[in-house]
Amino acid sequence: MLAESTTIDARRHGELLAPAIERVLREAGATLRDLTAIVAGTGPGPYTGLRVGLMTATALAATAGVPAFGVCTLDALAYAARTPGPFLVATDARRKEVFWARYGDRETRLDGPRVDRPHDLPGDLPVVGAGGRLYADIVGPGRVEGPEHPSAGALAALAAGHLAALTDEEAAEIARVPEGRVDSVEKARELGVLGPPRPIYLRRPDAQVPGAPKKVTA
Amino acid sequence: MSGADEPIVLGIETSCDETGVGIVRGHTLLADTIASSMEEHARFGGVVPEVASRAHLEAMTPTVESALAKAGLRFSDIDAVAVTAGPGLAGALLVGVAAAKAYAMGLGVPLYGVNHLAAHVAVDQLEHGPLPKPAIALLVSGGHSSLLLVPDVARDVVSLGSTVDDAAGEAFDKVARVLGLPFPGGPHIDRAAREGSGTAVAFPRGKYDDGTLDFSFSGLKTAVARWVEARAAAGESVPMNDVAASFQEAVVDVLTRKALQACARHGVEDLLIGGGVAANSRLRALAQERCDAAGVRLRVPRPGLCTDNGAMVAALGSELVAAGAEPSTLEIPADSSLPITTIHV
Ligand SMILES: Nc1ncnc2c1ncn2[C@@H]1O[C@H](COP(=O)(O)OP(=O)(O)OP(=O)(O)O)[C@@H](O)[C@H]1O
Ligand SMILES: [Mg+2]
Repeated sequence: MLAESTTIDARRHGELLAPAIERVLREAGATLRDLTAIVAGTGPGPYTGLRVGLMTATALAATAGVPAFGVCTLDALAYAARTPGPFLVATDARRKEVFWARYGDRETRLDGPRVDRPHDLPGDLPVVGAGGRLYADIVGPGRVEGPEHPSAGALAALAAGHLAALTDEEAAEIARVPEGRVDSVEKARELGVLGPPRPIYLRRPDAQVPGAPKKVTA
Repeated sequence: MSGADEPIVLGIETSCDETGVGIVRGHTLLADTIASSMEEHARFGGVVPEVASRAHLEAMTPTVESALAKAGLRFSDIDAVAVTAGPGLAGALLVGVAAAKAYAMGLGVPLYGVNHLAAHVAVDQLEHGPLPKPAIALLVSGGHSSLLLVPDVARDVVSLGSTVDDAAGEAFDKVARVLGLPFPGGPHIDRAAREGSGTAVAFPRGKYDDGTLDFSFSGLKTAVARWVEARAAAGESVPMNDVAASFQEAVVDVLTRKALQACARHGVEDLLIGGGVAANSRLRALAQERCDAAGVRLRVPRPGLCTDNGAMVAALGSELVAAGAEPSTLEIPADSSLPITTIHV
């Protein structure tokens, strides 16, 4: 690991991310030209922040002429887990739900990512990530494991290991932006650890088709 | 200054449902590419912010690439990046701002976070050359209706008046809904009105004689709904084309009347109309008529440059570069309610 920067502030990704990238490059004594790939978390997670990360990664990669990859954010948490496995990773999905996945070990996702109520988390496996701590009363305090938040360092380290195993052609194929969106569990799972830089939303946008216009006369 | 030595500016616009990317050199438009998510919003009767944000992320890279291809340029030819920093939908703005920061950082060129409304004014220079100083601008779109005094679009924009309730475009969209026309309603009303009479129904003109340069369209919208409902309740058919034409006449009458009052009060002889509603054929015709009578020169960009686009952002960026404005930092936020007086952040 050459350099890493972390700030936990879900509302300010748009302001903090680009300066943090400059700072990390400076600390590593590197320029964009020295990179072989750029990786961003694909979630699931709060949508606004996801988009800032993925948009930044994609645009930077385009100017540097290198591929951009997406890695499931829960995979990065699993990779940094202090428990060897098997375990669950769960993060806060708001609306009294968690984003979660089940792992055999730190690099093997067996199920998910999904979004469910904390009551519906399976079995009695340890729960890595902020979702476990947040709902400790439901999952049981004994199951709660760290770390709480995903780190960019874990994301990069996980991706670097998988990238090393690929030929340039295979890497280019994965990074290619596909038609359609990675918004289904099936699609996300089939893509493995390294995927295209597309968000995993898991929920449809909130929107209602309106009825007839309201009458103004009684 | 003009010619091949002028800086090339990439402009990015994501304040609403359109992912717009434009490239200009000085006042010359090199490319203007748009991806719209309007089809996904239409059935909801309005723009759904989360749908728009998702679509911007999908569309950005291909739209930038096709703008570069159209201009016959490579990334390394770009000298500056401009982006709409506000006003607009917060989540939508954020995608464009993130992209622009990354492009600027990756290319090692300055970034300019600009005001969407000032960009609606600046875009006219791509078509009609340098803006006279000062000019009056009437900005009429889905989210705004404002009269501006523009001493210098890169440095100084003064608000003279604005709507106290609905924006003009919003009124078009709401009345269209009452008439059962699809969203966005402006173009449909424009078309229906051509077959109707603007004097068929005397709809009210809000704030017509109040002496301010403000607008009000919500009373008009309610009056149209009430009139249509009364006909329907009486079992009579609704003369759609006449209602559309009479409503439209009421809107453009007030808009042009106050725009010319603004010119007269400030001794300005150049009026610019911008924003999506400037695409309206009756507004363009009546404005021309009244400007001719008052000895005011009228400038209206072609309809494609009136609705949201990337070229307008590049145009304002180019103006800022020429004026020697301080570039934005990589920390700038997207500001959904950026005031018109803040031309760049
Ligand atoms: N021919 C027309 N006549 C009247 N209104 C029109 C016409 N064409 C488009 N409009 C209206 O213009 C609006 C869209 O304009 P524009 O794209 O500039 O606005 P916006 O992006 O929704 O708002 P803002 O620029 O304030 O953020 C819509 O309300 C639409 O109905
Ligand atoms: Mg607009």
